[in-house]
Amino acid sequence: MSREVAMRLSGLEPFNINDQSLFVNVGERTNVTGSAKFKKLIKEEDYEAALEVARQQVEAGAQIIDVNMDEGLIDAEAVMVTFLNLLASEPDISRVPIMIDSSKWEVIEAGLKCIQGKGIVNSISLKEGEQQFIEHAKLVMRYGAAVIVMAFDEQGQADTKARKVEICTRAYNILTEQVGFAPEDIIFDPNIFAIATGIDEHNNYAVDFIEATREIKRTLPHAKVSGGVSNVSFSFRGNNPVREAIHSVFLYHAINAGMDMGIVNAGQLAIYEDLPTDLRDKVEAVVLNTHPGATEELLAIANDYVGDGKQADRQEDLEWRSWEINRRLAHALVKGVAEFIEADTEEARQAADKPLEVIEGPLMDGMNIVGDLFGSGKMFLPQVVKSARVMKKAVAYLMPFIEEEKLNSGTVSETQGRIIMATVKGDVHDIGKNIVGVVLQCNNFEVIDLGVMVPAEQILQQAKEHDCDLIGLSGLITPSLDEMVHMAKEMQRQEIHLPLMIGGATTSKVHTALKIEPNFQLDQVVHVPDASRAVGVAQNLLSADNKSRFSDGIKEEYERIRVERAKHGKVHKTLDIKAARANKPQIDWSEHQPERPRFLGVKSFDDYDLNRLVERIDWTPFFSAWELAGRYPRILEDEVIGGEAKKLLADGQAMLEQIIKEGWLEARGVIGLFAANSVGDDIELYRDDDRAEVVKTLHHLRQQDKKNNTQPNYCLSDFVAPKDSGVADYLGAFAVTTGHKIEAKVAEFEADNDDYQAIMLKVLADRLAEAFAEHMHERVRKEFWAYQPDESLDNDALIREKYRGIRPAPGYPACPDHTEKQALWELLQPEQNAGMTITESFAMLPTAAVSGWYFAHPQARYFSVRRVQKDQVEDYAERKGMDLMTTERWLAPVLGYDT
Amino acid sequence: MSSSEDIKSLLRERILVLDGAMGTMIQRANLQEADYRGERFADWASPLKGMNDLLSLTQPKLIRDIHRAYLEAGADIIETNNFNATPSDLVRYGLQDYAHEINLEAARQARICADEFSSDDKPRFVAGVLGPNQKTASVSVDVSDPGARAISFDELVEDYSLATRALIEGGVDLILVETIFDTLNAKAAVFAVQTVFEQDAVELPIMISGTITDQSGRTLTGQITEAFYNSLRHARPLTIGLNCALGPDELRQYVQEMARISEVGVSAHPNAGLPNELGEYDLTPEEMAEHLEEWAQHGFLNIVGGCCGSTPEHIRAIADAVADKRPRELA
Repeated sequence: MSREVAMRLSGLEPFNINDQSLFVNVGERTNVTGSAKFKKLIKEEDYEAALEVARQQVEAGAQIIDVNMDEGLIDAEAVMVTFLNLLASEPDISRVPIMIDSSKWEVIEAGLKCIQGKGIVNSISLKEGEQQFIEHAKLVMRYGAAVIVMAFDEQGQADTKARKVEICTRAYNILTEQVGFAPEDIIFDPNIFAIATGIDEHNNYAVDFIEATREIKRTLPHAKVSGGVSNVSFSFRGNNPVREAIHSVFLYHAINAGMDMGIVNAGQLAIYEDLPTDLRDKVEAVVLNTHPGATEELLAIANDYVGDGKQADRQEDLEWRSWEINRRLAHALVKGVAEFIEADTEEARQAADKPLEVIEGPLMDGMNIVGDLFGSGKMFLPQVVKSARVMKKAVAYLMPFIEEEKLNSGTVSETQGRIIMATVKGDVHDIGKNIVGVVLQCNNFEVIDLGVMVPAEQILQQAKEHDCDLIGLSGLITPSLDEMVHMAKEMQRQEIHLPLMIGGATTSKVHTALKIEPNFQLDQVVHVPDASRAVGVAQNLLSADNKSRFSDGIKEEYERIRVERAKHGKVHKTLDIKAARANKPQIDWSEHQPERPRFLGVKSFDDYDLNRLVERIDWTPFFSAWELAGRYPRILEDEVIGGEAKKLLADGQAMLEQIIKEGWLEARGVIGLFAANSVGDDIELYRDDDRAEVVKTLHHLRQQDKKNNTQPNYCLSDFVAPKDSGVADYLGAFAVTTGHKIEAKVAEFEADNDDYQAIMLKVLADRLAEAFAEHMHERVRKEFWAYQPDESLDNDALIREKYRGIRPAPGYPACPDHTEKQALWELLQPEQNAGMTITESFAMLPTAAVSGWYFAHPQARYFSVRRVQKDQVEDYAERKGMDLMTTERWLAPVLGYDT
Repeated sequence: MSSSEDIKSLLRERILVLDGAMGTMIQRANLQEADYRGERFADWASPLKGMNDLLSLTQPKLIRDIHRAYLEAGADIIETNNFNATPSDLVRYGLQDYAHEINLEAARQARICADEFSSDDKPRFVAGVLGPNQKTASVSVDVSDPGARAISFDELVEDYSLATRALIEGGVDLILVETIFDTLNAKAAVFAVQTVFEQDAVELPIMISGTITDQSGRTLTGQITEAFYNSLRHARPLTIGLNCALGPDELRQYVQEMARISEVGVSAHPNAGLPNELGEYDLTPEEMAEHLEEWAQHGFLNIVGGCCGSTPEHIRAIADAVADKRPRELA
């Protein structure tokens, strides 16, 4: 008895794919790199809603669901496990097979250990050579999964048919002959690239894919072919009808050539036969690259099919300069073109009765379009900030005329409301706050920005003085959460009846509901998760009609969070500190002799060459700072935001060049290397190799979660040899900044009403500081501590932290106590050595700065300390010589109990 | 003797007979607490009555007698007496440190008996059992936290690796992963077995047998037969099939389905009916044999035997009934 050969997948139900199968749709929305919504839910640990996303996909017809948790700020391995375990309890989702999608092998492996069905690994490749490929393939087979193999080898990604076929054939032969992989369980992804980009070499990419597919299906028996389809039409973003036509024609031919499955937005597929003949013919010519002029011919008719009101971006000529003045102003605002704005504003002013009418008329009309497009997700933050720049320049041009007019007539402009904004006391971070300010101004709010490190008293006094309608608070570091609670209490005490908006990286809806709202009942407190929400929230809070309904909704939601929390707050099982210590990681100190650093003591670096840092920049957070979600470089090819991402990157890189050439920023840093041993959860640092005199004791916290597997309860001190082991160990510390001199340049931009450049500079300075930290860590590993003198890793591997050793920062998950930065400062003296200071909340100045500890043990890893219990906090307070209440205040964000 | 080649060629010739229940036979011996303990565990802190796997150490003769009774009845393959003998299961009795020894002895007892009966005409085989493990890797143990797990994949792999090594050391011919109600546990078992094979440079045929828990037609963790098959196809087993939980009447449709989809041999060892009010299995040897003969006639089977409630009498009747039936065709 023999059955047809098929890839036999399963969830709770079987799913078989053979040569007769129809095209298979893979659901892509449970992917943090592709879905901003899903990423947010995962970051907020809102798993219930995240499961809902998965459920909707299956209901909508996804036959397999792709799960991807690769994001810098997410512990992908832990989250993958949590999500897949939860998924297993949802029969209407887990009935379909799961595609475990990650660029990190550890994440894939952790995922494979959670699924009872037969899933697909996405992906492995020959990129790192045959040995690793074979090793991973063997394990995939043993875990019982099918596998996607990217057409990627040691030389890079395959673009031509020949390279695609060559790599896939090589991979196929290795898999079937050396590994023993079942050929029907191999899926090739031969890379779909964008066509019609204007670059001649790209014209044949679709043909390359289709023909490679045909060849693979012909010569590699039973192998499947898959791909991400939306890439192919990337250059027509903004013109969905043409894109859908391209997808449809492409798939028509690719499927005929044998393509088996793909990541496709099934709801957006036009039917090949239903396409208008003219469009279909032109698209077909482009997809099949029939003649050199095909792209131009499609472009010529593309605009006839623009369906969603968006002009295709490629029409960038100066035709609009001939339009009438109001339309020109609107165009300049929507497109963010500042070049002609003063002349156009002057022309409009002359045409108007009063200068104010220019603002209230054409300029506000233009900004309303911007607001609408942003609100509906058709414009993205960097564009909005550019629009705001144009608006500000126009207003600045008009101001002298308006002042003059006001003197004559006494009229005042009407705004939507006056908002006071500030970064709270002790905190210095303001990129997010500035972005929100710009977005609000775009929507005709008057924004009074008090800057950074503003004490509550001053905010309240200014609010009264300016007769404000709303207060907005921002903060990035965890101690700022407490300052916001303090602010709420002060508003209640001083009877300030104003609504309060809360935002910033560590703020959350949960914290707002649990800790801030209960302290302030005189008006509504609202958490604003990102800049795009700020306008809606502010409008509702200041609307006579909507406010009470909006406020009731928020109140109800926060009450629900509090009730849920009270109900489920105890779900997490914890260990007492004794038991947690007993479950510390087992490190055999006789196995590992710590390397002695080349020097002990402190070393400073002045005016560090920025050129050396550029290659270490991790660009993914650059995009998230601008609220564009996705991993670099994949984000550049994203169907929706790829275009904006490319422009933003180009702007960023151009500025980076200027920063370096013209010396806009100065980098300084200091590192220290010390003899060290652990004593319990503390680490002692010694004067010298004699280890007789303790110069500083560092205090660390241990995880107290009860683990339901063999995971240990970590504490950073575990990675330093215990004193009683007799092993001589070491510890490092560092503080680096790239923020010197930034203020002058930012002030220059702000004076020119150019928030876009001001924010861009701050974002780049932050990236450079992180790059500096990465670069310095590398030098420490290779030169100064020199425990990995021969390390050689590319930037991608560095970003993925493939090296030995870690550099956790006080105030972040592995060592959440910000006050330990005090010890770091005493050791390194960064004031003298690098011009860096800390605020009372332990925020660093200049803002673009990174500091932390170096641990070198091969088993050292990042982890997160949360839900610390009272027994440990009491012990910790005693070790630190700090009173319990103060300790609890600093540790508030990680306490696992109510104080 | 290359028993793995033997069994592969035998499977094409005839339907092989697996033994029946160990537990039912132990029950007949009416053992008391002291019998379970023997001399060696006389002072053990916790009660041991009911810990049948321990009998491989404390009552080896009884276990051998049961094996012999099944071999006498015509079983081609007998199963080792170590159903719950992984460290994480044994910990309930405080016996986790004896896991290796129990598995090893279980294999040795079965080996001794199989060798006594083995002949060129009718070679006998020992299947080393990897049971389901009481703790499961894909079911939550905490109603308020659906993500919580009593045991991890890695822990299961460690447990099953230990058991597999001991079984191989004791001389088994096959590895039988059986009574699978959580497929993830079985995947961990397969992972462990294949890793041990690679590391120790041995390879034995693997048999896999799942459990459809009730008339819903699903495993405890919700898979239907074909999904279960797809999940474990990568083990490239000698046979895959179903056992336990249901009697032949209820199990038939799922075995039929397995016979339809399987690309390898198919096995079945149902219970002797469903338990009655007293928890006893009512199906007589003749009734059970009648069912299984009909399955064999329809070409469902390559290996057949009995699970809970079955006795040497059942196995004798089954062996007689399928002796002249053609096995399910293999590719």
